[in-house]
Amino acid sequence: MTAPPGATLSELRECVTAAHHERKRLRLRGAGTKDFYGECVVGEPVAGDALDLRSYRGIVDYEPSELVLTARCGTALSEIETALAERGQFLAFEPPAFGGDPTIGGVIAAGLSGPRRMYAGAARDFVLGATLLDARGEVLRFGGQVMKNVAGFDVSRLLCGSLGILGIITEVSLKVLPMPRAEETLRFPLSAQEAVAAFNRWSGQPLPISGAAWCEGAAYLRLSGAASAVRTAKEGLGGERVEATSAAQWWNALRHCSHPIFNNSSIWRLSLPDTTAPLTLPGELLIDWGGALRWYASEDRDPDAQNVDVRAAASAAGGTAICWRGPAPSTGRFHPLQPAVAELHRRLKERFDPHGIFNPGRMIAGL
Amino acid sequence: MRQHDVAAALRQLLPADSVLSRDEELHPYECDGLTAFRQIPMLVVLPRTEEEVRQVLVTCRRLEVPVVARGSGTGLSGGATPHASGVLLSLARLNKILEIDALARIARLQPGVRNLQVSDAAAPHGLYYAPDPSSQIACSIGGNVAENSGGVHCLKYGLTVHNVLGIRGYTMEGELLELGSRAPDRPGLDLLALAIGSEGLLMVVTEVIVKLVPRPQLARVVMASFADVCEAGNAVAAIIAAGIIPAGLEMMDRKATAAVEPFVQAGYDLAAEAILLAEADGTPEEVADQIAEIEGVLSTAGATAMTVSNTEAERLRFWSGRKNAFPAAGRVSPDYYCMDGTIPRKNLGPMLKAIEAMETRYGLRCMNVFHAGDGNLHPLILFDANTPGEWERADRFGAEILELCVRLGGTITGEHGVGIEKINSMCVQFSEAERAAFFAVKAAFDPAGLLNPGKAIPTLARCAEYGKMHVRGGALPHSDLPRF
Repeated sequence: MTAPPGATLSELRECVTAAHHERKRLRLRGAGTKDFYGECVVGEPVAGDALDLRSYRGIVDYEPSELVLTARCGTALSEIETALAERGQFLAFEPPAFGGDPTIGGVIAAGLSGPRRMYAGAARDFVLGATLLDARGEVLRFGGQVMKNVAGFDVSRLLCGSLGILGIITEVSLKVLPMPRAEETLRFPLSAQEAVAAFNRWSGQPLPISGAAWCEGAAYLRLSGAASAVRTAKEGLGGERVEATSAAQWWNALRHCSHPIFNNSSIWRLSLPDTTAPLTLPGELLIDWGGALRWYASEDRDPDAQNVDVRAAASAAGGTAICWRGPAPSTGRFHPLQPAVAELHRRLKERFDPHGIFNPGRMIAGL
Repeated sequence: MRQHDVAAALRQLLPADSVLSRDEELHPYECDGLTAFRQIPMLVVLPRTEEEVRQVLVTCRRLEVPVVARGSGTGLSGGATPHASGVLLSLARLNKILEIDALARIARLQPGVRNLQVSDAAAPHGLYYAPDPSSQIACSIGGNVAENSGGVHCLKYGLTVHNVLGIRGYTMEGELLELGSRAPDRPGLDLLALAIGSEGLLMVVTEVIVKLVPRPQLARVVMASFADVCEAGNAVAAIIAAGIIPAGLEMMDRKATAAVEPFVQAGYDLAAEAILLAEADGTPEEVADQIAEIEGVLSTAGATAMTVSNTEAERLRFWSGRKNAFPAAGRVSPDYYCMDGTIPRKNLGPMLKAIEAMETRYGLRCMNVFHAGDGNLHPLILFDANTPGEWERADRFGAEILELCVRLGGTITGEHGVGIEKINSMCVQFSEAERAAFFAVKAAFDPAGLLNPGKAIPTLARCAEYGKMHVRGGALPHSDLPRF
């Protein structure tokens, strides 16, 4: 039986170098769970031929006592999470799966993190090393498989969230952590404003918090860690205990964006300083990350009117706003970059992908 | 004359006492913490404001003068070694804590603020800044950003990159860059991660926003003795495999404990081949549970003796030897050379055995202190610079350790940076194409190549020169023979 195309690194190299020479644009794709995500009009994919990376797969190395797992880009997240769970470990940044089974390459290229982000760290915080296949077909290894490594610029973290615009992340090494021994979720009937204040107050205390979210008049606080630490914290905090199954459902709904508010046709994702008081914006509000992540969901409205409201409000609060779902405003889905920062994006793109073959326009229009 | 012209241009922008040009004024800046490399800079400038920093950069860019930024000068890799025809830009006068927001748990700092000052200022709020490099009394937060500094608590609390939320600074062209922010995960490429640890090659940082975390209620440390270094190494892996992430997990070999004990009287077991220090922090109940668990694992792993700190004074005493290992090395030897490789934890034992063999081969002693929890080694090679040939032997000894780190799946530097010191070893760790990618990143930020030139990334020519003696991967014929 012949292997599917792209099952080996040399096949991927051939494909990329050919595209580079022919100036043919490629749309890098794993399982497609994040097809909706990026600077493109919904229903109209990013320009270029799709390059399916799922065949280049497999866990290359996993040693639980080293807390490191290395996998090829096409490896399914479910396969990685199963292997980790067998040894009592997990990906602490809780990558969203959006109801599918993304590849680890896609997880890292998108760089999105779940409810534990403010407490355990973001996707980029767990990237120890990455291999990049650039447009010239060079295979470049950055970082490594050890916890501490400051040799060379931290390109592996740069690749996390790069949306494939610098090349194909063919392999990643991730720091993994032991699963917490105990976990409890507490529910508090609070207004959004009270919840934000409480989350910040609690975060300043030595409590084993691993999630803090709010929706529809109730705040949820997740505690994780040693059984004794969770027990002590729970006793001190009060609140109503949420039974384990419902708690898991709640945090999974946040992590995978499957909470009912995501059924709305227009969704904005705001990243704000976590102390920001609730903004006066239209739509249903879901707060995650202890106040630093705010989702506003509503039915379609005039995109430009919404753009002015939401983005300006986020900027004024010192944050950014992504048009997550629904008609993209004229300024784009992603929050516009500072001009000097945008110029650096252009220069880096130019150096790693001079003919602009990788995911053109996915992160920034025209790039 | 060049120095005169550049000084005149800078004196038009800065007060007279901010531009140093006389020999006796320049001398104190000739080296950083890596004293084996010395160079008098052409000029030293000491701006007081962010605007002055920008003007210095714009002027130096116009006159095509290299600029080397410097914080407290405690770095161990020569990242702040001056450039002979360049300006040494000291950020020491930008030393204000601009803001501590206890509710938001952040501090906004100028780059010259000392690391420990941040924790001191946050202490009244029950908060602290987690990364704690051993030089934390003196080292600056700007320098920590440049080097992505670590410390003894990285395994649980992360490095500088995990604890900095945002930076503000200027490119060599005088462009303002704001990377990261109090709001997490901004869209676009993670240039913040790229800038942290960039060793002053990409931009000059003028402001840093750091994350503050709650001070744990209690910390206790287990001190365990081992009759064999490999057993101690395996014990480290066993702790991690048991699902425990200690707040600190350090190892010292017998040569290290012998050197520090007379100095600090920490109570180390001098008969042990290696001792481990494993710290647990958290609530009193959590700490009690974790300490019991650590003791169980260590005992199974072959610990010959164990002591647990019962008071804060005792905990600090156990740590005092570890924290004073470098000065202690200075007491037992006229000079020492500190290495900083990282390897997968499982190779700690074999690495120590290999270092022992190298000691015989190079005719030099080496004491070992490790951040064992994250596999970061600090072998201290003892030598006497006044004995002809000893520094050269120490230098080669160090390079061989680093090559072995790479071969064992690790890296040449865990937390000290490449600087000028380990620039040749970069040829061993990275291919030509990878080094070209680093230069490409450098060129995107600094097209003129004026920020800290000649550091961190070796040129092709340099690697070719180095390669005549060392082959990539350490695969040199007769690598067991001493080379002179």
